Amino acid sequence: MTTRQNHTEADTTVDARGATCPGPLMDLISEVRAVNIGTVIALLTDTEKSPTEVQEWADESGNEVLDVVDEGDHYRIHVKKR
Amino acid sequence: MTEHIAIVGGGTGGTVLANTLAEKLDAELAAGVVEITLFNDGKDHVYKPVWLYVAFGQREPADGRRPLREVVDDRITIRQDYVVDVDHERKELELVEAIDPAPYDKLVVATGAQLEPERVPGLAEGGHHFYGDDGAQALRDELLAMDGGHIVLSVVGTPHMCPAAPLEFTFMVDDWLRERGRRDAFDITYTYPIMRVHGNEHIADWADPRLRARDIAIETMFNAEAVDPEAETIVSMEGTNLDYDLLVAIPPHTGSDFVESAGLGDGGWVDVDKHTLEATGFDDVYAIGDAAQTGVPKAGSAAHYQANVVAQRVASEVRGQPATAVYGGKTVCFIETGMDDATFVEFDYERPPEPSEPTRAMHWSKLAYNESYWLTALGLL
Repeated sequence: MTTRQNHTEADTTVDARGATCPGPLMDLISEVRAVNIGTVIALLTDTEKSPTEVQEWADESGNEVLDVVDEGDHYRIHVKKR
Repeated sequence: MTEHIAIVGGGTGGTVLANTLAEKLDAELAAGVVEITLFNDGKDHVYKPVWLYVAFGQREPADGRRPLREVVDDRITIRQDYVVDVDHERKELELVEAIDPAPYDKLVVATGAQLEPERVPGLAEGGHHFYGDDGAQALRDELLAMDGGHIVLSVVGTPHMCPAAPLEFTFMVDDWLRERGRRDAFDITYTYPIMRVHGNEHIADWADPRLRARDIAIETMFNAEAVDPEAETIVSMEGTNLDYDLLVAIPPHTGSDFVESAGLGDGGWVDVDKHTLEATGFDDVYAIGDAAQTGVPKAGSAAHYQANVVAQRVASEVRGQPATAVYGGKTVCFIETGMDDATFVEFDYERPPEPSEPTRAMHWSKLAYNESYWLTALGLL
Protein backbone atom coordinates (compact mmCIF):
# COMPACT_ATOMS: atom_id res chain seq x y z
CA MET A 1 0.00 0.00 0.00
CA THR A 2 1.29 3.41 -0.87
CA THR A 3 0.49 6.69 0.75
CA ARG A 4 1.41 9.66 -1.35
CA GLN A 5 0.13 12.80 -2.93
CA ASN A 6 -2.56 11.70 -5.27
CA HIS A 7 -3.43 12.63 -8.82
CA THR A 8 -5.68 9.66 -9.53
CA GLU A 9 -8.99 10.58 -11.09
CA ALA A 10 -11.97 8.65 -9.88
CA ASP A 11 -14.97 7.73 -12.01
CA THR A 12 -17.22 7.63 -8.97
CA THR A 13 -16.98 8.55 -5.30
CA VAL A 14 -18.32 6.80 -2.21
CA ASP A 15 -18.44 9.22 0.69
CA ALA A 16 -18.47 6.95 3.75
CA ARG A 17 -17.27 9.56 6.23
CA GLY A 18 -19.23 9.12 9.42
CA ALA A 19 -20.53 5.73 8.28
CA THR A 20 -21.36 3.80 11.43
CA CYS A 21 -22.97 0.57 10.38
CA PRO A 22 -22.28 -1.53 8.41
CA GLY A 23 -19.36 0.73 7.56
CA PRO A 24 -17.11 2.08 4.79
CA LEU A 25 -15.84 -1.23 3.40
CA MET A 26 -19.39 -2.48 2.93
CA ASP A 27 -20.27 0.78 1.18
CA LEU A 28 -17.29 0.28 -1.12
CA ILE A 29 -18.25 -3.32 -1.95
CA SER A 30 -21.75 -2.19 -2.80
CA GLU A 31 -20.33 0.28 -5.30
CA VAL A 32 -17.87 -2.27 -6.72
CA ARG A 33 -20.81 -4.57 -7.42
CA ALA A 34 -22.67 -1.80 -9.23
CA VAL A 35 -19.95 -0.51 -11.60
CA ASN A 36 -18.25 -1.93 -14.68
CA ILE A 37 -14.80 -3.52 -14.74
CA GLY A 38 -12.11 -0.86 -15.01
CA THR A 39 -14.04 1.75 -13.04
CA VAL A 40 -12.01 3.69 -10.48
CA ILE A 41 -13.85 4.35 -7.21
CA ALA A 42 -12.76 6.92 -4.63
CA LEU A 43 -13.70 5.86 -1.11
CA LEU A 44 -13.75 8.70 1.42
CA THR A 45 -13.50 7.29 4.92
CA ASP A 46 -12.61 8.54 8.37
CA THR A 47 -12.31 5.03 9.80
CA GLU A 48 -8.72 4.47 10.90
CA LYS A 49 -8.65 0.82 9.83
CA SER A 50 -10.04 1.44 6.34
CA PRO A 51 -6.71 1.54 4.44
CA THR A 52 -5.74 -1.86 5.87
CA GLU A 53 -9.16 -3.40 5.45
CA VAL A 54 -9.69 -2.15 1.91
CA GLN A 55 -6.27 -3.49 0.89
CA GLU A 56 -6.99 -6.86 2.51
CA TRP A 57 -10.36 -7.11 0.79
CA ALA A 58 -8.96 -5.99 -2.56
CA ASP A 59 -6.21 -8.62 -2.37
CA GLU A 60 -8.75 -11.31 -1.62
CA SER A 61 -11.30 -10.26 -4.23
CA GLY A 62 -8.86 -9.49 -7.02
CA ASN A 63 -9.50 -5.76 -7.15
CA GLU A 64 -6.74 -3.15 -7.03
CA VAL A 65 -5.99 -0.38 -4.57
CA LEU A 66 -4.36 2.33 -6.68
CA ASP A 67 -3.42 4.60 -3.81
CA VAL A 68 -4.34 5.85 -0.36
CA VAL A 69 -4.24 9.56 0.33
CA ASP A 70 -4.27 10.98 3.84
CA GLU A 71 -6.47 14.07 3.55
CA GLY A 72 -6.01 15.06 7.18
CA ASP A 73 -9.41 14.29 8.66
CA HIS A 74 -10.13 11.39 6.30
CA TYR A 75 -8.60 9.00 3.79
CA ARG A 76 -9.24 8.99 0.05
CA ILE A 77 -8.71 5.44 -1.23
CA HIS A 78 -8.81 4.76 -4.96
CA VAL A 79 -9.87 1.27 -5.94
CA LYS A 80 -10.04 -0.08 -9.48
CA LYS A 81 -12.54 -2.84 -10.21
CA ARG A 82 -10.83 -5.80 -11.88
CA MET B 1 -51.67 31.01 0.11
CA THR B 2 -51.45 27.36 1.16
CA GLU B 3 -48.03 25.81 1.65
CA HIS B 4 -47.89 22.22 0.42
CA ILE B 5 -45.75 19.66 2.24
CA ALA B 6 -45.38 16.42 0.30
CA ILE B 7 -44.08 13.22 1.87
CA VAL B 8 -43.31 10.37 -0.52
CA GLY B 9 -43.43 6.99 1.20
CA GLY B 10 -45.65 5.66 3.98
CA GLY B 11 -43.16 3.48 5.85
CA THR B 12 -41.84 4.19 9.33
CA GLY B 13 -40.08 7.44 8.39
CA GLY B 14 -42.89 8.90 6.28
CA THR B 15 -45.59 7.94 8.76
CA VAL B 16 -43.80 9.24 11.86
CA LEU B 17 -43.00 12.44 10.00
CA ALA B 18 -46.60 12.94 8.87
CA ASN B 19 -47.98 12.37 12.36
CA THR B 20 -45.37 14.56 14.04
CA LEU B 21 -46.00 17.39 11.57
CA ALA B 22 -49.74 17.10 12.16
CA GLU B 23 -49.12 17.84 15.82
CA LYS B 24 -46.53 20.55 15.29
CA LEU B 25 -48.47 22.38 12.62
CA ASP B 26 -51.90 21.89 14.12
CA ALA B 27 -52.73 25.60 14.06
CA GLU B 28 -51.47 26.09 10.52
CA LEU B 29 -53.41 23.05 9.29
CA ALA B 30 -56.58 24.28 10.99
CA ALA B 31 -56.15 27.71 9.39
CA GLY B 32 -55.65 26.16 5.97
CA VAL B 33 -52.26 27.77 5.43
CA VAL B 34 -50.54 24.37 5.35
CA GLU B 35 -51.56 21.15 3.66
CA ILE B 36 -49.69 17.89 4.19
CA THR B 37 -50.00 15.02 1.73
CA LEU B 38 -48.55 11.55 2.19
CA PHE B 39 -48.05 9.67 -1.08
CA ASN B 40 -47.81 5.88 -0.87
CA ASP B 41 -47.89 3.21 -3.53
CA GLY B 42 -50.02 0.80 -1.46
CA LYS B 43 -52.86 1.05 0.99
CA ASP B 44 -51.02 -0.52 3.94
CA HIS B 45 -48.35 0.51 6.39
CA VAL B 46 -45.94 -2.39 6.94
CA TYR B 47 -43.87 -3.05 10.06
CA LYS B 48 -41.06 -5.07 8.54
CA PRO B 49 -39.39 -6.55 11.68
CA VAL B 50 -42.34 -8.95 11.96
CA TRP B 51 -41.01 -10.91 8.98
CA LEU B 52 -38.10 -12.37 10.98
CA TYR B 53 -40.59 -13.98 13.34
CA VAL B 54 -42.85 -15.17 10.51
CA ALA B 55 -39.97 -17.37 9.35
CA PHE B 56 -40.11 -19.22 12.69
CA GLY B 57 -43.90 -19.44 12.86
CA GLN B 58 -44.13 -16.95 15.72
CA ARG B 59 -45.95 -14.23 13.83
CA GLU B 60 -48.20 -13.96 10.79
CA PRO B 61 -47.65 -11.40 8.03
CA ALA B 62 -50.93 -9.71 8.98
CA ASP B 63 -49.37 -8.84 12.37
CA GLY B 64 -47.09 -6.38 10.58
CA ARG B 65 -49.64 -4.78 8.29
CA ARG B 66 -52.34 -2.18 8.94
CA PRO B 67 -54.21 0.21 6.65
CA LEU B 68 -52.17 3.39 6.35
CA ARG B 69 -55.30 5.41 7.09
CA GLU B 70 -55.49 3.80 10.54
CA VAL B 71 -51.98 4.88 11.53
CA VAL B 72 -51.90 8.34 9.95
CA ASP B 73 -53.48 11.40 11.53
CA ASP B 74 -56.76 12.53 9.99
CA ARG B 75 -55.28 15.96 9.32
CA ILE B 76 -52.98 14.36 6.72
CA THR B 77 -54.19 13.75 3.17
CA ILE B 78 -53.23 10.29 1.90
CA ARG B 79 -52.91 9.71 -1.81
CA GLN B 80 -52.35 6.16 -3.06
CA ASP B 81 -50.29 6.69 -6.17
CA TYR B 82 -46.81 6.22 -7.61
CA VAL B 83 -44.61 9.30 -7.70
CA VAL B 84 -42.34 8.85 -10.70
CA ASP B 85 -40.53 12.16 -11.10
CA VAL B 86 -39.98 15.65 -9.73
CA ASP B 87 -40.01 18.90 -11.66
CA HIS B 88 -37.65 20.83 -9.39
CA GLU B 89 -38.21 24.10 -11.27
CA ARG B 90 -41.98 24.04 -11.07
CA LYS B 91 -41.96 22.18 -7.73
CA GLU B 92 -44.35 19.51 -8.90
CA LEU B 93 -44.54 15.74 -8.52
CA GLU B 94 -45.39 13.60 -11.52
CA LEU B 95 -47.78 10.78 -10.65
CA VAL B 96 -48.87 7.59 -12.41
CA GLU B 97 -52.58 7.59 -11.65
CA ALA B 98 -53.31 11.30 -11.49
CA ILE B 99 -53.22 13.32 -14.70
CA ASP B 100 -52.35 16.59 -12.99
CA PRO B 101 -49.02 16.90 -11.19
CA ALA B 102 -49.05 17.52 -7.46
CA PRO B 103 -47.53 20.80 -6.23
CA TYR B 104 -45.14 20.98 -3.30
CA ASP B 105 -43.28 23.66 -1.40
CA LYS B 106 -41.44 21.19 0.86
CA LEU B 107 -40.70 17.66 -0.30
CA VAL B 108 -39.55 14.77 1.91
CA VAL B 109 -38.42 11.55 0.24
CA ALA B 110 -39.00 8.45 2.36
CA THR B 111 -39.16 5.82 -0.36
CA GLY B 112 -37.30 3.08 1.48
CA ALA B 113 -35.52 0.09 -0.01
CA GLN B 114 -36.64 -2.77 -2.21
CA LEU B 115 -35.20 -6.20 -2.94
CA GLU B 116 -33.43 -6.93 -6.20
CA PRO B 117 -32.29 -10.58 -6.06
CA GLU B 118 -32.11 -10.67 -9.88
CA ARG B 119 -28.76 -8.88 -9.68
CA VAL B 120 -27.11 -12.17 -8.68
CA PRO B 121 -27.67 -14.97 -11.21
CA GLY B 122 -29.68 -17.84 -9.77
CA LEU B 123 -30.39 -16.14 -6.44
CA ALA B 124 -34.10 -15.49 -7.01
CA GLU B 125 -34.63 -19.14 -7.95
CA GLY B 126 -32.25 -20.77 -5.48
CA GLY B 127 -32.41 -18.58 -2.41
CA HIS B 128 -34.91 -17.88 0.33
CA HIS B 129 -35.17 -14.67 2.35
CA PHE B 130 -37.19 -13.11 5.17
CA TYR B 131 -37.63 -9.62 3.74
CA GLY B 132 -41.30 -9.79 2.77
CA ASP B 133 -44.61 -11.50 3.47
CA ASP B 134 -44.21 -14.15 0.78
CA GLY B 135 -40.50 -14.70 1.32
CA ALA B 136 -40.83 -15.16 5.07
CA GLN B 137 -43.71 -17.62 4.68
CA ALA B 138 -41.87 -19.64 2.03
CA LEU B 139 -38.85 -19.78 4.32
CA ARG B 140 -41.01 -20.90 7.24
CA ASP B 141 -42.49 -23.71 5.13
CA GLU B 142 -39.05 -24.80 3.95
CA LEU B 143 -37.59 -24.82 7.47
CA LEU B 144 -40.49 -26.94 8.74
CA ALA B 145 -40.09 -29.41 5.87
CA MET B 146 -36.39 -30.07 6.53
CA ASP B 147 -35.20 -33.11 8.49
CA GLY B 148 -31.57 -32.09 8.31
CA GLY B 149 -28.92 -30.66 6.02
CA HIS B 150 -26.82 -27.59 5.48
CA ILE B 151 -28.34 -24.16 6.07
CA VAL B 152 -26.31 -21.31 4.61
CA LEU B 153 -27.08 -17.74 5.64
CA SER B 154 -25.37 -15.51 3.11
CA VAL B 155 -25.23 -11.74 3.24
CA VAL B 156 -25.23 -11.04 -0.48
CA GLY B 157 -26.50 -7.50 -0.87
CA THR B 158 -25.05 -4.43 0.77
CA PRO B 159 -26.42 -2.11 1.92
CA HIS B 160 -29.47 -3.96 3.21
CA MET B 161 -32.33 -3.37 5.60
CA CYS B 162 -31.52 -4.00 9.26
CA PRO B 163 -27.80 -4.91 9.38
CA ALA B 164 -28.43 -6.95 12.53
CA ALA B 165 -30.99 -9.25 10.91
CA PRO B 166 -28.55 -11.76 9.34
CA LEU B 167 -26.96 -12.40 12.73
CA GLU B 168 -30.37 -12.55 14.37
CA PHE B 169 -31.64 -15.16 11.92
CA THR B 170 -28.50 -17.25 12.35
CA PHE B 171 -28.66 -17.19 16.15
CA MET B 172 -32.39 -17.87 16.06
CA VAL B 173 -32.28 -20.80 13.64
CA ASP B 174 -29.54 -22.41 15.71
CA ASP B 175 -31.59 -22.05 18.89
CA TRP B 176 -34.83 -23.05 17.17
CA LEU B 177 -33.24 -26.31 16.02
CA ARG B 178 -31.72 -26.96 19.47
CA GLU B 179 -35.08 -26.44 21.17
CA ARG B 180 -36.57 -29.03 18.82
CA GLY B 181 -33.70 -31.46 19.40
CA ARG B 182 -32.75 -31.26 15.72
CA ARG B 183 -29.51 -29.27 15.78
CA ASP B 184 -27.27 -32.36 15.34
CA ALA B 185 -28.92 -33.07 12.00
CA PHE B 186 -27.97 -29.65 10.62
CA ASP B 187 -24.86 -27.74 9.68
CA ILE B 188 -25.12 -23.97 9.68
CA THR B 189 -22.79 -21.63 7.81
CA TYR B 190 -22.80 -17.84 7.99
CA THR B 191 -21.13 -15.88 5.19
CA TYR B 192 -20.22 -12.20 5.15
CA PRO B 193 -18.63 -10.02 2.45
CA ILE B 194 -15.67 -8.66 4.42
CA MET B 195 -12.99 -10.01 6.78
CA ARG B 196 -15.23 -10.18 9.85
CA VAL B 197 -18.78 -11.27 10.60
CA HIS B 198 -20.30 -7.78 10.58
CA GLY B 199 -19.46 -4.49 8.93
CA ASN B 200 -19.21 -2.71 12.25
CA GLU B 201 -16.18 -4.08 14.09
CA HIS B 202 -17.74 -3.65 17.52
CA ILE B 203 -20.71 -5.79 16.51
CA ALA B 204 -18.37 -8.24 14.78
CA ASP B 205 -16.12 -8.62 17.85
CA TRP B 206 -19.18 -9.34 19.94
CA ALA B 207 -20.83 -11.77 17.51
CA ASP B 208 -17.84 -13.80 16.29
CA PRO B 209 -17.16 -15.83 19.44
CA ARG B 210 -20.89 -16.40 19.93
CA LEU B 211 -21.25 -17.88 16.47
CA ARG B 212 -18.24 -20.14 17.00
CA ALA B 213 -19.48 -21.26 20.42
CA ARG B 214 -22.63 -22.56 18.74
CA ASP B 215 -20.71 -24.52 16.12
CA ILE B 216 -21.79 -22.17 13.33
CA ALA B 217 -19.25 -22.19 10.50
CA ILE B 218 -18.06 -18.77 9.35
CA GLU B 219 -17.06 -17.81 5.82
CA THR B 220 -15.79 -14.25 5.65
CA MET B 221 -14.64 -12.49 2.48
CA PHE B 222 -17.55 -14.14 0.73
CA ASN B 223 -19.25 -11.99 -1.91
CA ALA B 224 -21.79 -14.14 -3.72
CA GLU B 225 -21.33 -14.10 -7.46
CA ALA B 226 -23.85 -16.72 -8.56
CA VAL B 227 -26.19 -19.39 -7.28
CA ASP B 228 -26.83 -22.69 -9.05
CA PRO B 229 -30.35 -23.72 -7.95
CA GLU B 230 -30.06 -27.16 -9.59
CA ALA B 231 -26.73 -28.11 -8.03
CA GLU B 232 -27.62 -26.19 -4.83
CA THR B 233 -24.33 -24.34 -4.71
CA ILE B 234 -23.36 -20.72 -4.16
CA VAL B 235 -20.02 -19.39 -5.41
CA SER B 236 -18.29 -16.21 -4.31
CA MET B 237 -16.31 -13.58 -6.22
CA GLU B 238 -13.35 -14.75 -4.14
CA GLY B 239 -13.67 -18.30 -5.52
CA THR B 240 -15.24 -20.12 -2.58
CA ASN B 241 -17.93 -22.66 -3.43
CA LEU B 242 -20.52 -23.78 -0.88
CA ASP B 243 -23.08 -26.58 -1.14
CA TYR B 244 -26.38 -25.90 0.56
CA ASP B 245 -29.69 -27.59 1.28
CA LEU B 246 -31.31 -24.30 2.30
CA LEU B 247 -29.89 -20.96 1.21
CA VAL B 248 -31.15 -18.00 3.21
CA ALA B 249 -29.81 -14.91 1.50
CA ILE B 250 -29.86 -11.23 2.23
CA PRO B 251 -30.64 -10.15 -1.33
CA PRO B 252 -29.24 -7.06 -3.03
CA HIS B 253 -31.31 -4.00 -2.23
CA THR B 254 -32.10 -0.95 -4.30
CA GLY B 255 -33.81 2.34 -3.65
CA SER B 256 -36.70 3.79 -5.59
CA ASP B 257 -36.44 4.47 -9.33
CA PHE B 258 -38.07 7.79 -8.55
CA VAL B 259 -34.94 8.96 -6.72
CA GLU B 260 -32.82 8.37 -9.78
CA SER B 261 -35.28 9.89 -12.25
CA ALA B 262 -35.56 12.95 -10.00
CA GLY B 263 -31.78 13.31 -10.05
CA LEU B 264 -31.55 13.04 -6.28
CA GLY B 265 -28.90 10.31 -6.14
CA ASP B 266 -27.60 7.05 -7.57
CA GLY B 267 -29.03 3.60 -6.98
CA GLY B 268 -32.22 4.99 -5.51
CA TRP B 269 -30.41 6.49 -2.51
CA VAL B 270 -30.66 10.24 -1.96
CA ASP B 271 -27.45 12.20 -1.41
CA VAL B 272 -28.07 14.19 1.75
CA ASP B 273 -26.30 16.30 4.31
CA LYS B 274 -25.90 13.74 7.09
CA HIS B 275 -26.90 16.24 9.76
CA THR B 276 -29.60 18.41 8.19
CA LEU B 277 -30.93 15.59 5.95
CA GLU B 278 -31.35 18.11 3.12
CA ALA B 279 -30.92 16.67 -0.35
CA THR B 280 -27.60 17.75 -1.82
CA GLY B 281 -28.03 20.49 -4.40
CA PHE B 282 -31.78 20.95 -4.07
CA ASP B 283 -33.74 23.51 -2.11
CA ASP B 284 -36.69 22.39 0.00
CA VAL B 285 -36.04 18.66 -0.47
CA TYR B 286 -35.24 16.31 2.41
CA ALA B 287 -34.74 12.54 2.59
CA ILE B 288 -35.11 10.21 5.57
CA GLY B 289 -34.89 6.53 6.40
CA ASP B 290 -33.55 3.84 4.10
CA ALA B 291 -33.66 6.22 1.11
CA ALA B 292 -31.21 8.69 2.68
CA GLN B 293 -27.46 8.15 2.30
CA THR B 294 -26.42 8.94 5.85
CA GLY B 295 -24.03 6.13 6.73
CA VAL B 296 -26.29 4.81 9.48
CA PRO B 297 -28.16 1.50 9.18
CA LYS B 298 -31.26 1.13 7.10
CA ALA B 299 -33.32 0.62 10.23
CA GLY B 300 -36.67 1.81 11.49
CA SER B 301 -35.19 3.51 14.53
CA ALA B 302 -32.92 5.68 12.36
CA ALA B 303 -35.90 6.58 10.16
CA HIS B 304 -37.88 7.49 13.26
CA TYR B 305 -35.21 9.81 14.70
CA GLN B 306 -34.61 11.38 11.30
CA ALA B 307 -38.34 11.98 10.90
CA ASN B 308 -38.36 13.89 14.19
CA VAL B 309 -35.47 16.07 13.01
CA VAL B 310 -37.06 16.84 9.65
CA ALA B 311 -40.42 17.55 11.30
CA GLN B 312 -38.74 20.19 13.46
CA ARG B 313 -36.87 21.67 10.51
CA VAL B 314 -39.91 21.81 8.22
CA ALA B 315 -42.11 23.29 10.96
CA SER B 316 -39.50 26.00 11.56
CA GLU B 317 -39.24 26.78 7.88
CA VAL B 318 -43.02 26.98 7.48
CA ARG B 319 -43.03 29.60 10.26
CA GLY B 320 -40.23 31.54 8.63
CA GLN B 321 -37.81 30.66 11.40
CA PRO B 322 -34.30 29.22 11.06
CA ALA B 323 -34.21 25.42 11.08
CA THR B 324 -31.87 24.32 13.85
CA ALA B 325 -32.61 20.63 14.46
CA VAL B 326 -29.87 18.25 13.29
CA TYR B 327 -29.51 14.48 13.17
CA GLY B 328 -26.58 13.09 15.14
CA GLY B 329 -26.78 9.58 13.71
CA LYS B 330 -28.78 8.11 16.58
CA THR B 331 -29.79 4.51 15.99
CA VAL B 332 -31.05 1.86 18.38
CA CYS B 333 -31.31 -1.84 17.56
CA PHE B 334 -32.45 -4.87 19.45
CA ILE B 335 -30.47 -7.94 18.39
CA GLU B 336 -32.05 -11.34 18.98
CA THR B 337 -29.41 -13.90 20.02
CA GLY B 338 -31.76 -16.86 20.09
CA MET B 339 -35.45 -17.59 20.56
CA ASP B 340 -35.40 -16.28 24.16
CA ASP B 341 -32.47 -13.86 24.52
CA ALA B 342 -31.46 -10.55 22.99
CA THR B 343 -29.11 -7.62 23.37
CA PHE B 344 -29.47 -3.94 22.58
CA VAL B 345 -27.23 -1.32 21.02
CA GLU B 346 -27.50 2.44 20.80
CA PHE B 347 -25.02 4.45 18.76
CA ASP B 348 -24.55 7.56 16.64
CA TYR B 349 -22.01 9.28 14.39
CA GLU B 350 -19.62 9.71 17.31
CA ARG B 351 -20.28 6.74 19.61
CA PRO B 352 -19.91 3.14 18.39
CA PRO B 353 -22.32 0.36 19.33
CA GLU B 354 -21.39 -1.61 22.43
CA PRO B 355 -23.48 -4.80 22.64
CA SER B 356 -23.99 -6.07 26.14
CA GLU B 357 -24.49 -9.60 27.46
CA PRO B 358 -27.79 -10.94 26.04
CA THR B 359 -30.65 -11.32 28.48
CA ARG B 360 -34.13 -12.76 28.50
CA ALA B 361 -35.45 -9.38 29.64
CA MET B 362 -34.07 -7.69 26.52
CA HIS B 363 -35.75 -10.32 24.32
CA TRP B 364 -39.07 -9.55 25.99
CA SER B 365 -38.35 -5.85 25.58
CA LYS B 366 -38.01 -6.41 21.85
CA LEU B 367 -41.25 -8.35 21.67
CA ALA B 368 -42.96 -5.66 23.74
CA TYR B 369 -41.64 -3.00 21.38
CA ASN B 370 -42.92 -4.97 18.39
CA GLU B 371 -46.39 -4.92 19.95
CA SER B 372 -46.21 -1.23 20.80
CA TYR B 373 -44.74 -0.24 17.42
CA TRP B 374 -48.11 1.04 16.30
CA LEU B 375 -47.86 3.75 18.94
CA THR B 376 -44.48 4.69 17.45
CA ALA B 377 -46.01 5.07 14.00
CA LEU B 378 -48.68 7.29 15.50
CA GLY B 379 -45.94 9.48 16.92
CA LEU B 380 -46.88 8.62 20.50
CA LEU B 381 -43.70 6.71 21.43
